[in-house]
Amino acid sequence: MNENFNVSSSPHIRDRIRTGNIMLMVVIALLPATAFGIWNFRHEDAWILVVVTTAAAVLSEYIYEKLMKKPVTVSDLSAVVTGLLLALNLPPTLPWWMGALGAVFAIVVVKQLFGGLGQNFMNPALAARCFLLICFAGQMTYFVYDGVTGPTPLAELKAGQAVNTMDMLVGNIRGTIGETSVIAIMIGAMFLLLMGVIDLKIPGSYIVSFVIFITIFGGHGFDPQYITAHLCGGGLMLGAWFMATDYVTSPITGGGKIVYGICMGLLTGLFRLFGGSAEGVSYAIIISNLLVPLIEKATLPRPFGKGGEK
Amino acid sequence: MGLLTFKGGIHPDDGKRFSKDQPIRRLLPEGELVYPLSQHIGAPANPLVKKGDRVLKGQMIAAPGGYVSAPVHASVSGTVKGLEQRFSPSGTKTECIVIENDGSYEEMRYEAVKSLSDMTREEILDRIGDSGIVGMGGAGFPTRIKLSPKEPEKIDYIIANCAECEPYITSDYRRMLENTEELINGMRIVLSLFPNAKGIFAVEDNKKDCIEALKSAVSDEPRMSVKRLLTKYPQGAERQLIYVATGRAIYSSMLPADAGCIVDNVETLINIHYAVAKGRALTERVVTVSGDDIVTPGNYLVPLGISHEELIKASGGFIVPPQKLISGGPMMGFAMVTADAPVTKTSSSLLAFKEDAVAKARETACINCARCVEVCPSRIIPSRLADLAIRHDEDGFVAMNGLECVECGSCSYVCPAKRQLKQAIGSMRKTALANKRKK
Repeated sequence: MNENFNVSSSPHIRDRIRTGNIMLMVVIALLPATAFGIWNFRHEDAWILVVVTTAAAVLSEYIYEKLMKKPVTVSDLSAVVTGLLLALNLPPTLPWWMGALGAVFAIVVVKQLFGGLGQNFMNPALAARCFLLICFAGQMTYFVYDGVTGPTPLAELKAGQAVNTMDMLVGNIRGTIGETSVIAIMIGAMFLLLMGVIDLKIPGSYIVSFVIFITIFGGHGFDPQYITAHLCGGGLMLGAWFMATDYVTSPITGGGKIVYGICMGLLTGLFRLFGGSAEGVSYAIIISNLLVPLIEKATLPRPFGKGGEK
Repeated sequence: MGLLTFKGGIHPDDGKRFSKDQPIRRLLPEGELVYPLSQHIGAPANPLVKKGDRVLKGQMIAAPGGYVSAPVHASVSGTVKGLEQRFSPSGTKTECIVIENDGSYEEMRYEAVKSLSDMTREEILDRIGDSGIVGMGGAGFPTRIKLSPKEPEKIDYIIANCAECEPYITSDYRRMLENTEELINGMRIVLSLFPNAKGIFAVEDNKKDCIEALKSAVSDEPRMSVKRLLTKYPQGAERQLIYVATGRAIYSSMLPADAGCIVDNVETLINIHYAVAKGRALTERVVTVSGDDIVTPGNYLVPLGISHEELIKASGGFIVPPQKLISGGPMMGFAMVTADAPVTKTSSSLLAFKEDAVAKARETACINCARCVEVCPSRIIPSRLADLAIRHDEDGFVAMNGLECVECGSCSYVCPAKRQLKQAIGSMRKTALANKRKK
């Protein structure tokens, strides 16, 4: 009995979780919002845009990595998450090739050029959405519901008009493919919370600080109807639960996550109430992405024995 | 009262079901026994015997090599075969005394013991030092030195580390159940050295029967108490244990004694009892043999120096040829190159696994998920420290509190990207500590 056994430094056991499992759980969590969006915008054939955008993200990652002679990492499903999130952030009437262009931008420019998975400093899907907003301002802000063109409820709210919050909760309103149904988004978010993929620190501090901001500056005081409309309108819920919680572009420290959430809450409030456009979630998140290194530095925990044990 | 705990930590499968209900069995080996001269932290011991010498069980065969050192004793009677380079359980070749067992287990006659109340502090400490006791949970720090802080009256707590938080190991569990009295007496002896100290048995909640047994045993001991801890790894890490038992927190440049605490392992305390109350030298310990590849896992009282091969044989052998053998726990133990290595003072278990989880894992890019940060008991940022370590940025590593790492391995365990976080941090930490000492 003198055979050699495997040798490695401790620990010798590993948890079952892998990056691919986490990404798969995010994809599963996005399915209710995706399915609702495809059904909701069935007259606009939203499914084509969803499929093309997601496929373009995966394909561009595959081709880029092949060309650069890097290991192909599409099986970790992170490109699927990026492509799907981008699609859910696009108006259903957007020409499919614009979605594909956005996906290529997200994967190649925002993610791969900075070193691939884990190295990008900005949320690829949101950066691509902002890129498309600049390139195709008209198509990106053209919203239809049941064949009728018009403003989104959030724009109506900004114009001082009454909105139907029940419709906003269910999602049969104008908006991007995946942002309209708060119920569908929350089903996915609950799944991620239960599976331990995300916790409440970022979405909680984001939403609470946003509510405080609009209560103070919104001109309606603490008006539940107005606050609900703001929370259910636009991309706030999709952003807070699925984009702000992106691991790569959020702080690694517990305290940092809360500060980051507050930054986004304040910026979203600022953009929505005082900005030119009705929406502000995408910009609030990507600007906060840029603050992450600073936030982490300021929120480095104290080690055990030096105050960190409490 | 809620269960005591700390921030961070992990909940791996504890694997204790394999061996927890197996009573301790005595195992007597045949053939040769191997005694590394360095089974402790500090200077290696100096051999006192030469080839051809006849030795008795309990006879000192190597004397302490310095102040921080410990003697080594023969665990069988027999003939010295020589001084040879042999594999230690941690996989390095090291100087060892090899003794051919004559099978008669002739024990040397120990000095008569005095009752505890008749012994002076120095007598008790000498007894512990001369018997070769070191921290038997794995650290191997000479116990005599640990029990000799500058100001003994400032020690407020003696904590018996009954957590046994490493998965699979059940040697302390069996000891607590089967040798409760010896454990209590070991604590009594240590408490006699510290006039102001209270004794705490800190037990994880997955060992309810031990908690009951210890509670009834300390019911008429005014200086002792039992505390229930949440079952979580690394509950038995010294800093975490002190914190949960006393609310005091220490960091890397403090000793437990700086917080008025001394921590001793179950096996150590039981051997303190044998040394002081029975006058015996440290020649045996309990070892768990377990893992998913052992036919009949068990707990054995074995003479030190016995080969791990004998333990495997006694446990019915392997189910299939194992990929990995571990000396100690799966979180902090050593992967063994070969089973042909002796049980030492710090060997708490031998684990055999059909599959090696590490070999299967492919390392991928960090996704910044913060799981390592959430589980780190030292409250540092393992992923960033590993990055600094890989870049050999020693200053950055120290500035980010890298020296606070206790190398528990929780970060590597949870990492979804299967990064070798503890491994990178551990090697940088060794370099940084060595350079710090030079300055």
